[in-house]
Amino acid sequence: MAKERLHPKSIKDKVWHYCPGCSHGIVHRIIGEVIDELDIQGSVIGIAPVGCSYNNYEYFDFDVIQAAHGRAPAVATGVKRVLPNHIVFTYQGDGDLAAIGTAEIIHVAARGEKLTTIFINNAIYGMTSGQMAPTTLPQQITTTTPTGRDTAYHGYPIRISEMLALQEGTVFVERVSTHDVKHIRQAKKAIKKAFKIQQAGLGFSLVEVLSTCPTNWQLSPVDSQQWIVDNMIPYYGLGNLKGKDIKV
Amino acid sequence: MGEKVLMKGNDVIAEACIRAGCLHYFGYPITPQTEISHYLSKRLPELGGTFLQAESEIAAINMVYGASSAGARVMTSSSSPGISLKQEGISYIAGAELPAVVINVVRCGPGLGGILPGQCDYFQATKGGGHGDYRNIVLAPNSVQELYELTVKSFDLADKYRMLCMVMADGSMGQMMEAVQFKDEEDIQVYDKPWATNGMGCRGHSNFITSVNVNPDELEKVNLRLQAKYREVEKNEIRYEEINCENADIMVVSYGTTSRIMKNVIKEAKKIGINVGLFRPITLWPYPYEALAKHTDKVKAFLSVELSAGQMIEDVRLAVNGKSNCYFYGRMGGHIPSQKELLDEIIRILEKEDK
Repeated sequence: MAKERLHPKSIKDKVWHYCPGCSHGIVHRIIGEVIDELDIQGSVIGIAPVGCSYNNYEYFDFDVIQAAHGRAPAVATGVKRVLPNHIVFTYQGDGDLAAIGTAEIIHVAARGEKLTTIFINNAIYGMTSGQMAPTTLPQQITTTTPTGRDTAYHGYPIRISEMLALQEGTVFVERVSTHDVKHIRQAKKAIKKAFKIQQAGLGFSLVEVLSTCPTNWQLSPVDSQQWIVDNMIPYYGLGNLKGKDIKV
Repeated sequence: MGEKVLMKGNDVIAEACIRAGCLHYFGYPITPQTEISHYLSKRLPELGGTFLQAESEIAAINMVYGASSAGARVMTSSSSPGISLKQEGISYIAGAELPAVVINVVRCGPGLGGILPGQCDYFQATKGGGHGDYRNIVLAPNSVQELYELTVKSFDLADKYRMLCMVMADGSMGQMMEAVQFKDEEDIQVYDKPWATNGMGCRGHSNFITSVNVNPDELEKVNLRLQAKYREVEKNEIRYEEINCENADIMVVSYGTTSRIMKNVIKEAKKIGINVGLFRPITLWPYPYEALAKHTDKVKAFLSVELSAGQMIEDVRLAVNGKSNCYFYGRMGGHIPSQKELLDEIIRILEKEDK
């Protein structure tokens, strides 16, 4: 019997460097499957962030540009303006997108750039070993909030999807999660729709993916999934925020 | 011959960009170079290209990074404080080996400084600016004609070496009107870019562009490759101009706006029997050390004239290597030295050297 190819052709046959229980592998695979299903491997260009997925070009088998911290939306703008018929997406974490790169992400939304952003929100800085992120929850313990995030001192977690949905140039925003199979399927549906909206040239689309960071949360892979349900979803409500009725 | 027209320096930079086949520009407004944006915002969309006013200089240089990765000729322009903001992107462009053209119409610093002409970004342009071991080619025009020719040339150099080429003008170059003789058609060399990330469909395998490598052996190899490239640029691309250097009593070293004043100082000095030579570096990096060093045994002294507190003087001293005395004369804050004050300084130096 011929050996069945178990992974998408847009994903290279490699072992992830990501920690056990981390969501990056799941989201990478969803992107690979969507790119295969839309048959855009030859015309898609991804922009990699700074953070744990800085070298996602080691796994994505299509063209990828690694960008400076937070600047992926500006880099993507440069690519898309030169190649308007290509599909261009950024893959960014919460430090990259919600802290240092807030100006760049707001302005691609405001300009209605025909780009897609996959926003990985795990409420912590992963790569630099677990510091407070702009999305860190109140009372959450991190290496720079050792007694928990005190909102009176550190401020409040930022809800990026709600903020970007307000921009006229944004046409589609959905917040999804990867904590179980049902939600992974919903995440794939949203990511596919975001890419199709770009193909249709409608404007900016963003999918926020609530993700795990077992290493820095100091939880087991299984407990991490439950932590999303118990702590993240109550603050970052799942569902569509804009463009639910768009048919693509 | 093409048409000869009277044009403002900044407009000529913009026209040169188009004539060099660059149809993509990303910028952010800052005085004294905004006319470049005005010109390109009208012309590039007409030509099917991109003019995009970014949200910041940081975004603009990263749009350049993206457009260059996609294989396009691309330019941004700014002035001193804006160029500081672009340094992160400039370092990434060097690390990822992307061709790009950056125009710096230098004003006065530090900080927000002033909007009048300066040459106080010499260190930043030639010695780094951003982090890491890298170089940019830096061209210093001293006329509107040269703004045109060197801007066109900068695109070729950027593509040839896959590196950033900066045209470093100053506020007076950008704002002055002068005659410029355009060519009927530019001889543009088109470079293959098999490394570009323009979709793998056109080549059958995926490309990636990056400046990161956490393996020390591999990263050192990347750096050695960059350094080998820079040595190649030093071998091939040094440009300078020498005026009245035969039998000169003193060698003035000057570029850009200040070198223009020196041409008149040479004439005035001749009237009183002083032979002043002018050595004008056109490439500030790579710097013409050897060509300048050839004059060390022939002149009594060197004088670096700059619109700064003394920056290029350090390269003059490196070239002269202690074999002659090196003097400096500079003005700051937007002041430009008069012919008289420069001639007086030359007389003072020669009197001191004759003692």
